[in-house]
Amino acid sequence: MLNRMLRSRYLPAFLMLAAMLALPYVLPSTYYLRVASMVFVFALAAMGLNLLLGLAGQVSLGHAGFMGVGAYAVAIGPTHLGVPAIPSALAGVALSCLLAYLMGRPILKLKGYYLAVATLGCGLLISMVLTNEAQWTGGPDGMGVPRLVLFDAPVRGVQTWYYVCGVALVIGMVLAINLTFSPTGRALRAIRDSEVAARVVGIDVARQKLFVFVLSAAYAAVAGSLLAFVNGHITPDSTSGFLRSIELITMVVLGGTGAVLGPVAGAAILVILPQALTVFHDYEHMILGLVMMACMIALRQGLVPALTARFRERTA
Amino acid sequence: MSILLRAEDISISFGGIKAVSGVSLAVERGEILSIIGPNGAGKTTFFNIISGLYLPSQGRVMLKDEDVTGRPPEMLARRGLCRTFQNLQVFFGMSALENVMAGRHRHERTSALSHILGLRCVGRENARSAAEAREKLDFVGLADLAERSAGGLSYGALKRLEIARALASEPELLLLDEPAAGCNGTETAQISEIIRKIAGAGITVVLVEHDMKLVMRISDRILVLEQGRSLCLGPPSVVRGDSRVQAAYLGQHGTREAHVA
Repeated sequence: MLNRMLRSRYLPAFLMLAAMLALPYVLPSTYYLRVASMVFVFALAAMGLNLLLGLAGQVSLGHAGFMGVGAYAVAIGPTHLGVPAIPSALAGVALSCLLAYLMGRPILKLKGYYLAVATLGCGLLISMVLTNEAQWTGGPDGMGVPRLVLFDAPVRGVQTWYYVCGVALVIGMVLAINLTFSPTGRALRAIRDSEVAARVVGIDVARQKLFVFVLSAAYAAVAGSLLAFVNGHITPDSTSGFLRSIELITMVVLGGTGAVLGPVAGAAILVILPQALTVFHDYEHMILGLVMMACMIALRQGLVPALTARFRERTA
Repeated sequence: MSILLRAEDISISFGGIKAVSGVSLAVERGEILSIIGPNGAGKTTFFNIISGLYLPSQGRVMLKDEDVTGRPPEMLARRGLCRTFQNLQVFFGMSALENVMAGRHRHERTSALSHILGLRCVGRENARSAAEAREKLDFVGLADLAERSAGGLSYGALKRLEIARALASEPELLLLDEPAAGCNGTETAQISEIIRKIAGAGITVVLVEHDMKLVMRISDRILVLEQGRSLCLGPPSVVRGDSRVQAAYLGQHGTREAHVA
């Protein structure tokens, strides 16, 4: 049983599930559970981005925009439209997918820097709408997120949201693993390695790219909704801002694009390290930058792939 | 004999230079046809036109009596045309087996939704594709390297891997762009054997190649291009003896090589 699990492609998901179940017994206070929830949320968004970046080799510098759509859906739906939170979240995911589809069709033809700048524009556009439509979104100051009510009982407590986010991440991970080892996964990796060779064996490159772009937008929207629920208050910058998009990319690259656990490691570093470094006051950002640079220089493929490769070398 | 592919009066220019001008060719089902010519004669350009990568400025390409001019390669693949590349276009981040499995793409029927959900049918389809891919790897003599990462294979093995991937799409017409380029004698002999086996399996083969011995030995017919124009088309015995071909391309050394073969 254990042997089968160790060789299973779902091993990262098992490890994640085990870590999620064990952490509440180790962490000394609910503050840490909140931080862990944030790690899970950003890991989920980064994992979606990794499908685009790591699997299909396409970049998006505006992915936080889709997080913003998911986050504002669960705030605006119940506040202004009287729609309960869960249908609002689903509508947010659907809207995010629709936007990704409409924007992806023209821009996914672009490559490299051009695609990067075009997706950057998409992200800025969403962020701008969220900032300017103040009567709906509260403008730059953001808005409160009504508490989720399920079966007439409000969902509350740091611990509850910790498990919700953790389970969402594990599910997202299982789906990502399924995709990687499927015909679509092979087609996407083929596109990453050689577009022209992918085309001559019959892979519809435009369609596959659009599919993975929409899927990664769905991941971001779900993560955005969770972020809104956990924080209880959202602003355009904290959900959809340019810096958030950059953070997501950094998480993927730092953690390693080639591994499912990569985005989780990247998210953990980028969420936990700033908290841990607050003791250094003014030097916080400098140390964070140095750690990131050191990681990229020493472990070029990203944390998880580089470390697993070293581990394999040692055991082999 | 029925005509599988017909290129009619194909021309294309790049920046005012006519790379291919007025070339016509009818490929018969089941034959091995080679395209030869000096560097810059327009062989690869012609290849790129009939495989859908370039749009010709003039002329049409008919595949199985259907006008496919300007159709993208992924659509030609569905109609049974596949190709390999002169400079390797291997999926280096995947294993040899996965490279060939990717070639099965057009035969895989399960939906993207089932792929995300990891349904049983995807597992069965993966197993089917893997089995077919192993068969193709075995066909080109790479069965032992199936699990190896493509990045770790030798140049000769990668050339054969590309052929296996193209075969996995089960083409009726296979275009090979310099399959033996950069290969040593042993590797070239292997490739030549593989091409014969492919033709033996009923697949029509069109290849661009510089290795005269290989070309003369395996081709049913040869098309000679020079400066974008068709110089001569015929069986090896005719091409070998053609004085224009000797002057334009073979030269003294080439003529000797061609006769040795």
